[in-house]
Amino acid sequence: MELLQILQQTGQDLLGPAWLPVWTIIKIMVIVLPIMGGVAYLTLIERKVLGWMQVRPGPNRVGYWGLLQPLADGIKLLMKEVIIPTKSNKFLFLAAPVMALAPALAAWAVIPFDDGMALANVNAGLLYLLAMTSLGVYGIIIAGWASNSKYAFLGALRSAAQIVSYELAMGFALVCVLLAAQSMNMGDIVRGQQSEYGLLGWYFIPLFPMFVVYFLAGVAETNRAPFDLAEDESAIVAGFHTEYSGMGFALFFLAEYANMILIAALTSVMFLGGWLNPFHGWPMIGGLTDAIPGLFWMLGKMSFFLFLFLWFRATFPRYRYDQLMRLGWKVFIPLTLVWVVVVAAWMQTPFWVW
Amino acid sequence: MNFETIVFYIFAALTVFAALRVITARNPMHAVLFLVLAFISSSGIWLLLEAEFLAITLVLVYVGAVMVLFLFVVMMLDINLVRLREGFWRWLPFGATLAGLMVFQMVWVLGGIDSIGGIEPVKHAADYSNTKELGRLIYTDYVYAFELAAVLLLIAMVAAIALTLRRRKDSRSQNVADQVAVKRNDRVRIVKMQAEQRVTGQLSENKE
Repeated sequence: MELLQILQQTGQDLLGPAWLPVWTIIKIMVIVLPIMGGVAYLTLIERKVLGWMQVRPGPNRVGYWGLLQPLADGIKLLMKEVIIPTKSNKFLFLAAPVMALAPALAAWAVIPFDDGMALANVNAGLLYLLAMTSLGVYGIIIAGWASNSKYAFLGALRSAAQIVSYELAMGFALVCVLLAAQSMNMGDIVRGQQSEYGLLGWYFIPLFPMFVVYFLAGVAETNRAPFDLAEDESAIVAGFHTEYSGMGFALFFLAEYANMILIAALTSVMFLGGWLNPFHGWPMIGGLTDAIPGLFWMLGKMSFFLFLFLWFRATFPRYRYDQLMRLGWKVFIPLTLVWVVVVAAWMQTPFWVW
Repeated sequence: MNFETIVFYIFAALTVFAALRVITARNPMHAVLFLVLAFISSSGIWLLLEAEFLAITLVLVYVGAVMVLFLFVVMMLDINLVRLREGFWRWLPFGATLAGLMVFQMVWVLGGIDSIGGIEPVKHAADYSNTKELGRLIYTDYVYAFELAAVLLLIAMVAAIALTLRRRKDSRSQNVADQVAVKRNDRVRIVKMQAEQRVTGQLSENKE
């Protein structure tokens, strides 16, 4: 902390009023660069985990244990030619991948990694997150339309319908969280889960159905298996990014994985107590683990959810489109609607102990 | 002119430009995307006014959901631009009059001609929560109006579904609930039987 203050002071003296934007950009870089690194290595881990689950080694040729594989993939994609289809809308075709990636990164502004460790301490943080995640669909729709290709168009339509449907269930699940926390500030939501009983104080216990719905809706929102109808290989080639090559494709890839990490972070913050120690206040183990910094717990919880993403992909067959829509509209939305009322009523009784 | 004013003018100029392009863009997809830009820049203006709840809800509801459906419809329509542009000059005076009337009304309602020079908005303290204030107003002072609006919306929704819902008798569909509820015994019958005895010499008998 002292080091940070010294840095702030020297920056202030050197640059004066220009220091604030510079300092903000430094903070953004500190968040975005690890996310990009995380995305790169998440692709490696995904292939490794899928490999192990299918009893094969996964990538192990490039570098020791395949550790340089993401780098090799990145270089390959950078060197590839960017092909622009005939009669496509050139400007929108090139803008679409950016529109997919930008909201996925912008949403990170309000995520607290530790107590007070967030880029922006926004009062309406939860609303901001919902707004940002709902913007990601534009990249997909525009990509599908601008490509001038039937496969891309069908993929975009499927994906847009899916994202809009599951966003509702996601929103209602978040309404439950903000009811329980009585705040829309992400930091306050985590602090609301602090108790002397460690993980028993977290919201995944009173809001368990919402926890499950939120995470599954998150899987559907990110177009991941078993909800990856938008890139159904056997039916519509690669869906909305069929026509993309080289870096255009790489940006979509980055956006998808950045969104996965985002959903994992959000689920940890809202249902698993973010940076809180799960054993806090427990005899013996509580005292020992309290010394571990909160960032470690946060990253641990995120890794757990990211592993779930990969596990789902290796385990479940793809949904059929009508089954997907049924799950979203006829199962998740009624369930979340009922649970909002249940939580609101429950909070008025003395049985609400969270 | 402080920083906030500069930001306001940037957003305002963007909003007006985008709104103009909505009606002048030749490609309907572009028009819809400019409408999205207009929404986003006006939500920026609202943020400057410390109305963060309204600003973010505008992005969430209009940009995130309504405009997506708009894009959906526009992408699948076969729009004949020439026919749409017919009679543009004929209807221009009428439209311009209407627009002028609306501008006049807005100025009148929002504080008269004197306010054009600009009224400094009152700043709130840092702990002021726009969301909380809005919630308090909606659920106490204006609760009847709010509930009425909600009921109206519900009726509109039910009516829209009732009008468009039709069950075709000739189309086959699956009942997913039934499919999920299926037990093994409904589909598979395990038959227990003795192993068959091997019959020897039958082949040669048949040949005879």
